[in-house]
Amino acid sequence: MEKKRTQVEDGAPASAAAPGVKTGELAVRDVPAAEVASARVRVNKAYKMYVGGAFVRSESGRYTQVHGAGAGADPETVNVPRGSRKDVRDAVLVAKNAADKWAARSAYNRGQILYRLAEVTESRTPELVESLVRAGASPADAAREVAAAVDRTVFYAGFCDKISSLFSSHNPVSGPHFGFTIPNPMGVVGVVAPDAPSLLGLVSTILPIIATSNVVVATASEADPRTAIVWSECLATSDLPGGVVNILTGQVAELAPQLAKHREVMAFDGTFGSKATELRAELERLGADSVKRVKTRSNLPLGEWFDDRKGQGIAWVERYIESKTVWHPVGV
Amino acid sequence: MTTALFKRSAPTRASRFPLFNPPPVDQVAIEERVANLAKRSIKKASKVAGLKLSISMMDLTTLEGKDTEGKVRQLCRKAVRPLDSDSELPSCAAICVYPNFVRIAKDALGASGVKVASVATAFPSGQSPLEIKLEDVRRAVEFGADEIDMVIDRGAMLSGDYGKVFDEIAATKEACGPAHLKVILETGELGSYDVVRKASDLAIAAGGDFIKTSTGKVQPAATLGVTLVMLEAIRDHFYATGTRIGMKPAGGVRTAKQALQYLVVVKETLGDPWLSPDLFRFGASALLNDVLMQLEKERTGLYQASEDFSKD
Amino acid sequence: MSDITKGAPGVPQAGTPASFALDFGKAWEYAPAPESPDHVKIAPKYELFIGGKWTAPQSRKYFDTVNPATEQKLAEVAEASAADVDAAVAAARNAFEKYWAKMPGKERAKYIFRIARAIQEKARELAIVETMDGGKPIKESRDFDIPTAAAHFFYHAGWADKLDYAFHGRKARPLGVAGQIIPWNFPFLMAAWKIAPALACGNTVVLKPAETTPLTALLLAQIIEECELPPGVVNIVTGAGATGAALVDHAGVDKIAFTGSTAVGKRIQRAVAGTKKRLTLELGGKAANIVFADAPIDQAIEGIVSGIFFNQGHVCCAGSRLLLEESVHDVVIRKLKDRMATMRLGDPLDKNTDIGAINSKPQLERIKELVASGELEGAERHSLACAIPEKGYWFPPTFFTNAGQAFRIAREEIFGPVLTIMTFRTPDEAIEKANNTMYGLSAGVWTDKGSKIFHMATQLKAGVVWGDTFNKFDPSSPFGGFKESGFGREGGRQGLGAYVEVE
Repeated sequence: MEKKRTQVEDGAPASAAAPGVKTGELAVRDVPAAEVASARVRVNKAYKMYVGGAFVRSESGRYTQVHGAGAGADPETVNVPRGSRKDVRDAVLVAKNAADKWAARSAYNRGQILYRLAEVTESRTPELVESLVRAGASPADAAREVAAAVDRTVFYAGFCDKISSLFSSHNPVSGPHFGFTIPNPMGVVGVVAPDAPSLLGLVSTILPIIATSNVVVATASEADPRTAIVWSECLATSDLPGGVVNILTGQVAELAPQLAKHREVMAFDGTFGSKATELRAELERLGADSVKRVKTRSNLPLGEWFDDRKGQGIAWVERYIESKTVWHPVGV
Repeated sequence: MTTALFKRSAPTRASRFPLFNPPPVDQVAIEERVANLAKRSIKKASKVAGLKLSISMMDLTTLEGKDTEGKVRQLCRKAVRPLDSDSELPSCAAICVYPNFVRIAKDALGASGVKVASVATAFPSGQSPLEIKLEDVRRAVEFGADEIDMVIDRGAMLSGDYGKVFDEIAATKEACGPAHLKVILETGELGSYDVVRKASDLAIAAGGDFIKTSTGKVQPAATLGVTLVMLEAIRDHFYATGTRIGMKPAGGVRTAKQALQYLVVVKETLGDPWLSPDLFRFGASALLNDVLMQLEKERTGLYQASEDFSKD
Repeated sequence: MSDITKGAPGVPQAGTPASFALDFGKAWEYAPAPESPDHVKIAPKYELFIGGKWTAPQSRKYFDTVNPATEQKLAEVAEASAADVDAAVAAARNAFEKYWAKMPGKERAKYIFRIARAIQEKARELAIVETMDGGKPIKESRDFDIPTAAAHFFYHAGWADKLDYAFHGRKARPLGVAGQIIPWNFPFLMAAWKIAPALACGNTVVLKPAETTPLTALLLAQIIEECELPPGVVNIVTGAGATGAALVDHAGVDKIAFTGSTAVGKRIQRAVAGTKKRLTLELGGKAANIVFADAPIDQAIEGIVSGIFFNQGHVCCAGSRLLLEESVHDVVIRKLKDRMATMRLGDPLDKNTDIGAINSKPQLERIKELVASGELEGAERHSLACAIPEKGYWFPPTFFTNAGQAFRIAREEIFGPVLTIMTFRTPDEAIEKANNTMYGLSAGVWTDKGSKIFHMATQLKAGVVWGDTFNKFDPSSPFGGFKESGFGREGGRQGLGAYVEVE
């Protein structure tokens, strides 16, 4: 199998006149007629963004071509939506509408749903591995990344109903009051997933945010958007309510500022390449208008994404928690 | 009540209710209780008996702007004989219509024993002057209504003007003359079970024969939770006075299964006397066909298609 | 108008004519709705589950387990002797050293998640067997015991790789082999309460279920087998007191966890004294359920009923002492009687049954003996007048009024559907009476006033205080007693402490 680094290019290639083909002549690529006639014709999958529990194209109608050969069912080139400003706006509204119901679910129920996601993701391992391989990973690395993503999902599944007891306190205030502090979600969190690892980075960034009852609008890896869409199909079949996680594909430089600006977005978490210093500063500035909690980081070394202490855990969870303190009298 | 006493513009009538303090209602426990009751398993003979009972308790209702004489006459036929193929089935308790259709319904129902209920008092909002609301009632009774379904002034209820709510119910009761009075609380607008309980106690004390959840024009309409809260008010009144007040959940009861759940709540809260159309009604339109379908299923053993049942 | 200004309409005035009685009769009756046990297979004979194998007891002795609702034998179950217990402990030790302690927490977690899932998948079967073996209503085993057991496995699975967070940065190490002895009132749920945290913390287990209700623990062993846990991680040894004693006395056990009576708990504590074994005890209770006059009375009635009649009152934290503020005594009694009149005693497999069978003949005898003592001491008895099935062990829901604090029915744990009602006048008096017991497992407070709940909760000497609710359990919520109700907690972050050594 020829391994080809994924290439992503915008719009339709200008292929009216492909190289080597002269107008007026027969096409040079010749396939034996009998082979075509007897072969089963494959059904190609349309790759779409995941918004409000449904798979949608960009309202803009734009697309990006993603190339990459592999053994699976896809052609070498697939068209992936190129999300727009309005797609961000629509996704944020959808997320906002899902936020209260998600936060109202019991922690146990959220844990059950994430565990279901782990089960479904595990069962889709072949397709996820295939997608990562098409994007340039070795089969062994791809398999390791998918396994780590499943394990990470199990980790957060088991975290949902621990978070409150780890972050709450009884406050021994002086005087006849019972005081306690409990974690609350923020609401809609905007996420920019790292370019790589395209699956593990996305999963590791999104799950702690929804485990703490927030909802997410994320942009997928720009280098490998297809894998994020395959993972969206796991989300869609996992009992996760529509709108809790929304995944857009497209160009980070175009979409991220929209997330950082949107006033319904309460927090922003982005992972960027080392050269994105200016974009990161700009996003942090944009967030100030609505006093957004903005966290931007330079992409972690690959090994840290796989590390169970650095790629997951309390530090990831506490970032999107608001602490609420309650005072209540004690008396008869 | 402090809300009323300290409100500068509160009508003085409100101060006549300084001790009006119904018991608190705990939302979580109410909903837990009805969820448990809803799990009662009603099968076979008890299902058939319960469904037949629920038909006999139905106030078959049409309250549309597009109501016509034809529609009302068809509905009356259906109320008298719900299923053409089964003459053994009971008739519905009543037809519930706007005042304009009372005469037609009365005529269509004849001596069938099915009652005519009319909504009145500027249904569904109740936002009209009292004289007009009372005239609405008097005319409906004059047209032949056996029962009047009034709405309370929710605005007055929520602003703490209990005196106004009470007086209007009492005046309506007087205007009803011989007709029975059902008092619609519109629980979907009252915001909490505590206020539902307050409104229930007011309606009972002011002379309502029945208390009723909803107009059907506001969501949520009837729920098992508000029904239980209202049944508890009825129970406490019975404990205190020996008088039995009726109950009518209306709106939102669409399936046979729901109807049986309501009957379970009634059976286990108030007991046998309330398992009768004299003291319990369903305000419904779509419910009847689902009940008929389930009864046919029980009779034939086959699941039924909704197309096989006349729409009205 | 005068009738509403008189006061709360919810409170009948004194001298209410008794003729205004509600009638819960036969106008519309529920047809029998039995859960069908058809597809449930109970084997004629069960062996011991030791080292991942089903093993015949070395004594070759078996005992019967019967359905307390029919007195019919359900199966024969192996009686583990000291030698069998020894084999089980050795298997657990081997599994601890060879597999379980070495396995990363995140992999242990996945095994425990598997168990949780398998319980959900087999929920109906487990509920039916639980009800047949123990006598509890199917609606309780179906809606409470089995789902809560699955929840305990789910919850603790999540801790397995997060123990570092639970102890404020200190390192937690497993103890080794845990010997666990559980009672007959929640056979499957108690197995889950014991096994799930032990496994999550990296221990291996030898569990002894109660002799009257061994079947669902054995079904759990089958589940554990199907989930492919390494052999010996969980071992189930069935038997009676002698088997339990052998487990407690075994030198190879690092920890004993016991749920049961206070008398047996004290014996175990003595037996463990002088050894290095860690011990947690969840023992008896005589919980006060305190109802203030400002409570939502109708909802308090539900809490009183579930507090004492849930699981036929076979609940260590049952609200078996009802303390009523004097001004609402009469109305509460009236409402309680009416509420009890709707209760349905009978076939535990019927989905509408509220009160099932008493778990065993000896337990029925004990209930009868204590009820007789209440009558003898002068308390006034009210029991639900209902038909009692001819076969099986049954006791109707019952309460006593006019009981004194010193009466046996006010001091001793009856562990049956019997409520003792007393009154108080002030919050201080309520606290004093509530705390006037050797037990301290739980308490309930009913008032519409939040500050009063917090005040009472502060003053009550009990491990769990329920405000405007009762008998609520959750794996995230630590459960356990003060005083002679035992020590240690189960559930929550605190519950993990029972199964780890913290550096």
